Amino acid sequence: MADTAPAADAAPAPFGLLAELTHRCPLHCPYCSNPLELVARAAELGTDQWCEVFAQARALGVVQIHLSGGEPLARPDLPELAAHARGLGAYVNLVTSGVGLTRERALLLAERGVDHVQLSLQDADAADGDRVAGARVHAAKLAAAEAVTAAGLPLTVNVVLHRANIDRTERIVDLAVSLGADRIELANTQFYGWGLRNRAALLPTRAQLESSRDAVARARARYGAAPDGGPEIVHVVADHYADRPKPCMDGWARRQLTVTPAGDVLPCPAASVIRTLPVENVLRRPLAEIWYASASFNAFRGTEWMSGPCRSCPQRHEDFGGCRCQAFQLTGDAARTDPVCGLSPDRPLVDAALAEAGPELRPNYAMRVLT
Amino acid sequence: MSAAPAPAPAPAQQPAAPRLRRGVRLSHDATRGADLVLQPEGVLVLNPTAAAVLALCDGRRSVDAVVAALGERYAQVSRADVDELLARLAARRVVAYG
Repeated sequence: MADTAPAADAAPAPFGLLAELTHRCPLHCPYCSNPLELVARAAELGTDQWCEVFAQARALGVVQIHLSGGEPLARPDLPELAAHARGLGAYVNLVTSGVGLTRERALLLAERGVDHVQLSLQDADAADGDRVAGARVHAAKLAAAEAVTAAGLPLTVNVVLHRANIDRTERIVDLAVSLGADRIELANTQFYGWGLRNRAALLPTRAQLESSRDAVARARARYGAAPDGGPEIVHVVADHYADRPKPCMDGWARRQLTVTPAGDVLPCPAASVIRTLPVENVLRRPLAEIWYASASFNAFRGTEWMSGPCRSCPQRHEDFGGCRCQAFQLTGDAARTDPVCGLSPDRPLVDAALAEAGPELRPNYAMRVLT
Repeated sequence: MSAAPAPAPAPAQQPAAPRLRRGVRLSHDATRGADLVLQPEGVLVLNPTAAAVLALCDGRRSVDAVVAALGERYAQVSRADVDELLARLAARRVVAYG
């Protein structure tokens, strides 16, 4: 390990680890952020292996561990993993669909050291929420929110916005507030993996996007008057309608790393779509070596890899050329400018996708399935 | 911090006492040699002044008491600077009152 010590000009240490404990999930959301090729249960890391990953991550400088999935509650060892992460001094964030999160389990997880819970919500009511989740789960989510707050844990409600639910943005916020959320994250669908496969069915129209933005502003005004400032409402808009790209992970391999259920180590949760990068695995190579010395993690650090128009763009230190995964998915070259950018010669690819978006409010989706 | 007075029943006009919001923790990070705020939104790396102020935000001390406690340890503590720092930390959802 002596050769993995960072040099003075090396990348900074990561702050966060996204631990995808499993890809198993009772939901089938057509915008799932997991890859199309899901990891089967038999290939998942065991308890001791995850504990070792957490220990290596802490030694590397990680201070936040996000226990995610799939559905992390599908792992019977979740309380043990949470306790181990907290025992190492990490801030422990549970990212869950809420299915299976009873009062007893929420209390146990709070006792074992979970600091905060992010609960996904699909829509404002059961019929619409259950339709997009492909399972009857809405009622269980409301009960899970109650279990989280009853256990004294702070709650963030996460909502993915898409064409079929975006018109209900304000009602969704109202529901999240009534569930006791301290934070509400409204994120328009990102188009990787399942989301890309369903892009034409998920893309909102520009008019929908604008009304949703107004709805968020109204909700902020209504709830922000509370003495404590009310819940924080985070709104991530759809980048396909933007003229400049989103900052890729605050810079490739700069702040966070992802470990998949089978131990693959990625600079961002979607990075497995970039087929041209070698895949690192924590069972074969120490995490610190992967972070500082691997070809994948160094591929798009800094600005040297950029070509035009990024290379001379004054925005390159703020948006880092946009999303590498999106560049690869749309052009086949991960080193090109994110096609979302209005300065990119590939922007017509994004405009063509916008033109393909259908008008249906109840489109047919390719639902997420573990094969 | 054991010298802090026991909380008295709070009359309505009691000055507001800053505290860490729910879900916020302070931590010392050996890797970076710095104190950190850990919160749902992410991580803040603190300078020594902010770390000293936050360590005193226990929900019992008023801002006056925080300033007085800092004055016992540091020279030239300014009430205006502490107010400004606390306002920034409140805006970043680190600190709340009461």
